[in-house]
Amino acid sequence: MPENDTTPAIQFQGVVKRFGDNVVLDGLDFTVAQGDRVTLIGPSGSGKTTILRLLMTLEEANDGLIYIDGDPYTHEMRGDKRVAIPDKRRSLVRRRVGMVFQQFNLFPNMTVLENIIEAPIHVLGKSKAEAIAIAEELLDKVGLSDKRDERPNKLSGGQQQRVAIARALAMEPEILLLDEVTSALDPELVADVLGVLRNIAETTDITMLIVTHEMQFAREVSNRVLMFDKGKIIEEADPETIFTSPAHERTQEFLRAIL
Amino acid sequence: MDTEFWSWEHAIAVLPELLRGLQITILATVVGMVIASILGLVVAIVRRSRMRVVTFPVGFLVEFIRSTPLLVQLVFANLLFTQFPSLAIGCVVLGVHYATYMSEVYRAGIDAVPKGQWEASIALDLPRSRTWRAVVLPQAIRNTLPGLGNYAISMFKETPFLAFIYVVEMYAAAQAYGGSNFRYMEAITMVGLLFLLVSYPTSLLVRRLENRLA
Ligand SMILES: Nc1ncnc2c1ncn2[C@@H]1O[C@H](COP(=O)(O)OP(=O)(O)O)[C@@H](O)[C@H]1O
Ligand SMILES: [Mg+2]
Repeated sequence: MPENDTTPAIQFQGVVKRFGDNVVLDGLDFTVAQGDRVTLIGPSGSGKTTILRLLMTLEEANDGLIYIDGDPYTHEMRGDKRVAIPDKRRSLVRRRVGMVFQQFNLFPNMTVLENIIEAPIHVLGKSKAEAIAIAEELLDKVGLSDKRDERPNKLSGGQQQRVAIARALAMEPEILLLDEVTSALDPELVADVLGVLRNIAETTDITMLIVTHEMQFAREVSNRVLMFDKGKIIEEADPETIFTSPAHERTQEFLRAIL
Repeated sequence: MDTEFWSWEHAIAVLPELLRGLQITILATVVGMVIASILGLVVAIVRRSRMRVVTFPVGFLVEFIRSTPLLVQLVFANLLFTQFPSLAIGCVVLGVHYATYMSEVYRAGIDAVPKGQWEASIALDLPRSRTWRAVVLPQAIRNTLPGLGNYAISMFKETPFLAFIYVVEMYAAAQAYGGSNFRYMEAITMVGLLFLLVSYPTSLLVRRLENRLA
């Protein structure tokens, strides 16, 4: 499908996700425009992680459609039937989406550099030399050039998370998903990671979907905030509005509780 | 000092034959373990796949092999494949038998790799085969090294069964010496000692490996 400025980077259409009897997303609709930086906020258990995991095909929606740049991702309509798209085709779309996890999930059996060049070589088909050159540039960007030959378990949590960010960026994603990437870190390590993300937001036009409890960071980086409650968007506004004068009572309560 | 039951002369005289037998014993163990570790891994990966057409028969075969004695399997295979040398049959049967146990060790090692490793691989769009080879197996195999060592020791100690299919390993060599000299005590005692001499240091090594990996 032709990509232009008005085709959303991400579109959810009536997405339903259940875990057993627990209906987590009940017909969710929302779109994220190209280059948007969207922060999802909301109480724990409201379905924020589930949204990111659906976008990474780590979970499968029970109903509804997800589009990336206008392309159907995991399911498509054939006539009036919703059919699953085979993994080979999904993977072509998934290649445009990168994710950074709360628990970093670096590969402990590889060095920092090997973590970063693994997918560029074996997925994008880059030469080793080219992949290393890109990795070194990224390591410089996240301030860890001196750690390139270390094993991840030799690094602090904050350093591991910065490697994980570099690893995701090495795949040149159009969309970057960030799931509470600072929640597992000691407080004094949070600032470095947020600094790196702020820098990425300023120097690239990657579309970002961010789940975070760092409201100051959300305010600086994002241009839109979606407030979730029980799997629904109950309020949506620019960060200034939502943080200074939230309209919905649940939003007020939530912000009062975490600020 | 020599008594009616024990003669040092015989104990020393039997040694060269026992050492020749020990070579066969070790050869069978090494070849058997190579087969068991490769086949065990294949079985573990196959049983983890979701294709019932392969998981079901493989699962049945594994249960069958585990529920019948090694000795019976050895003799049966030796009767069935008369065209192959007994030693080769012995190695293969030992390998296949232990592969069914090794597959459980691998399964546990694979299950111990955190879910986040698979998820990160999906997020990077790594193909499934590459995820196995570069991410999961290197971590899983590290977890299986002590198990592998322990099964190597048990296999080593079960090699005397090979005597039943006429492979002249250490135990058969002792029996032969005993038969022709009418002195069993020395030969069998020396066999026991030689087994101890190999397996005890090996088990110490395995324990050290366990502690290092823990
Ligand atoms: N794998 C799972 N199995 C069962 N329930 C799950 C699973 N993952 C999430 N849930 C449930 O889905 C709901 C939303 O979870 P989640 O998306 O993680 O929320 P959030 O990230 O907003 O805290 C919660 O009630 C959670 O218990
Ligand atoms: Mg969450």
